[in-house]
Amino acid sequence: MAADLEWPTGRKIWVTALIVPPLAFMATFVVLPILSAFVYAFYEWQGLKREGFVGLKNFADVLLHEPWAPVTWRAFSHNVMVFVTLMIIQNGFGFLLAYALARQLPGYRFHRVAVFLPVILSTVIVALLWKQFLHPVFGLFNKVLSQFGFGMVTTPWLGLSETALWAITLVNAWHWVGFPTLVFLAGIQRIPPDIIEASRIDGVSEWQLVRTIIWPLVAPSATVCFVLLFIGAFNWFELPYLMVGLEGSPYGSTDVLGLYFYRTAFGNQSSGNQDFGHGSALAVLMFLFVAVVSTFWTIRLRRREIELS
Amino acid sequence: MKALKTTAIKTLAALAAASALSWPLAAAAGELRFWTWRNEDKAAYAEFFKDFNKQHPDVKITFEAFEPQNYPTVLSTAMAGDKGPDVMMVRAYGAFEAVARPGYLLELNESNVPGLTKLPEPALKGQTLRADGKIYAVPFATQTMLIIYNTEIFARVGVKPPETWDELLEVSKKLKAAGIIPFANGTATAWQNETLVSALLSSQIGKQFEADIVSGKADFTDKRFVDALGRLQDLAKADYLSPSFSGIDYPSSQQLFSSGAAAMFAGGSFELAPFLKSNPALKMDVFASPVLKKGDERLVGIFLDGGYAVNAKSANKEDGLKLMRYFASKEYGEKFANTLGNLSPIPGVTFTDPMLKKVADLNKSSMSYMMAVHFRYQEPSGSVLLQSGVQKMLAGKATPAETGADITKGIATYYAPFKK
Repeated sequence: MAADLEWPTGRKIWVTALIVPPLAFMATFVVLPILSAFVYAFYEWQGLKREGFVGLKNFADVLLHEPWAPVTWRAFSHNVMVFVTLMIIQNGFGFLLAYALARQLPGYRFHRVAVFLPVILSTVIVALLWKQFLHPVFGLFNKVLSQFGFGMVTTPWLGLSETALWAITLVNAWHWVGFPTLVFLAGIQRIPPDIIEASRIDGVSEWQLVRTIIWPLVAPSATVCFVLLFIGAFNWFELPYLMVGLEGSPYGSTDVLGLYFYRTAFGNQSSGNQDFGHGSALAVLMFLFVAVVSTFWTIRLRRREIELS
Repeated sequence: MKALKTTAIKTLAALAAASALSWPLAAAAGELRFWTWRNEDKAAYAEFFKDFNKQHPDVKITFEAFEPQNYPTVLSTAMAGDKGPDVMMVRAYGAFEAVARPGYLLELNESNVPGLTKLPEPALKGQTLRADGKIYAVPFATQTMLIIYNTEIFARVGVKPPETWDELLEVSKKLKAAGIIPFANGTATAWQNETLVSALLSSQIGKQFEADIVSGKADFTDKRFVDALGRLQDLAKADYLSPSFSGIDYPSSQQLFSSGAAAMFAGGSFELAPFLKSNPALKMDVFASPVLKKGDERLVGIFLDGGYAVNAKSANKEDGLKLMRYFASKEYGEKFANTLGNLSPIPGVTFTDPMLKKVADLNKSSMSYMMAVHFRYQEPSGSVLLQSGVQKMLAGKATPAETGADITKGIATYYAPFKK
């Protein structure tokens, strides 16, 4: 009897000891900062000193009023462009690569590692590497282009407003394409081989196989890739920060919400003004947008998984 | 449930204790914590503090440096949480006000720092809070925007430092014909566009234009400003900046100059030391921005780098003020300038380095580094507008007139004289 009573107590302590530290950690470093950003956004700030309560003014400013609103919407449109582009090249190409790897074409073992290798590199390394590659004078990229007779298309990729955002988007795709590839590959490998074999015996074409059998059956993998890409694209910061600077150089053509939030809240070399009110409002809006859209999208995608399976 | 609660409370208490311990403790009497963004000057400050300790052996100063980009954030976060240092370096103008405005800094005046008000007015202005007109820091260095040139290349090609803008174009043409990049500058790093304007165009824009901007008589659509921008655009169109300049960032420009691939660099006096460090054999000299026609006043652009301040909540204000008095002394100014190769604004300081002497001479005829001095207090700052405007203009995506109009429009959102 006594032992029976002791066991749950011991277990309770055990469970508590396991749950409390991560819970405390999450509460201190995730929940608390989010809640405080919510509170900060409703105040006027003098540097880091809180002044009066201003209600929704900071939100209205960043969404509707000069000089904030045009920058917010420009940055948002760039995030959308980045998301759509990455959806096509990063996830799309990732799926194709996964399919090619799953077909076990010659050399697939090597390529499986090669495709995933950039993912394990730190963003700082990737950014510096590609900044050097794309350098207009010493860069490898332009040199290779010239070598192959494409000298007329060489250009300062990161210096032109027409090419800079695309250049860093492609670098991002290069860095991360291994991730959707791996997820899709795992999804494809989970499909029972007899289904694929049976369809081959029935004589379906490669395209039909991909479209009507494989694609629907990797729907859970697609959900993961789509939603994570969405969150990543709208919180994009490190790569543009390292490659084009806080201002979204040249003249704001690579400005995204992450950069705009950072320079508004913390200031930069050329403005020094820290504005926590508008910065927090931007952060809260970004958080709400990402949270709401990704929640609804996840629900939809999950429903799609069920319909398709 | 109770067990869960107790454990949770204990864990939280442990976490709270751990985080409290991780904060540095406040300095005890006779101790000063000194904060700076200049980690590279650590050895020099050890010397300065040793010097200070000769008069005040009882004060122990600890030097703590932070990464320059994050320094303002680190400092104001610490000050807001009452965990700030006793004495610290602060930046000038807008960034200075971000720390001074919330009342974090101790007021400095003639009675607690004698001789302070004898410092030049432009230097003091950078450490004066506009709202109350009081001074909160002892200025330590000014920087000058000018043109640095490679004397060996100039001699080899047979050109002399130009006096007028036309001569500058002529020199650039000869350099280019000799296969040398005239200007190392590129525009990919935003703030480099602001230095280009001040270093190359100050003499054309002129002091009167600056006075008119401040008094509200003129805005940035003014002919003096727009025409000067136009000439800068011509310089870029003639390919006198670095090749593919729109993609050349700041470190690349520095490399082009210090390696001898380019003959000139339009930038700040703060470049001189790093250039020499990366290429000790480099022979350089400086000249002020060329004038439009002979006889016009030749100007450099000047701004205050920053100053030393005392935390208003420090337990050791008296010792902090002793240090401020030392920082404001001629003896310190001389030591500072000649050890670190920076221009001290303290009156009567003599410079041993000939280059420093030369820059100090050029400073006698100067205007301010305009956007930093007047329009970095609110967003969008004049600097941000000028930087992106000039970047766009040099890329050929805006005319000088449009650039001037955009800058005026941006500043007009908070500067009353521009509102129409």
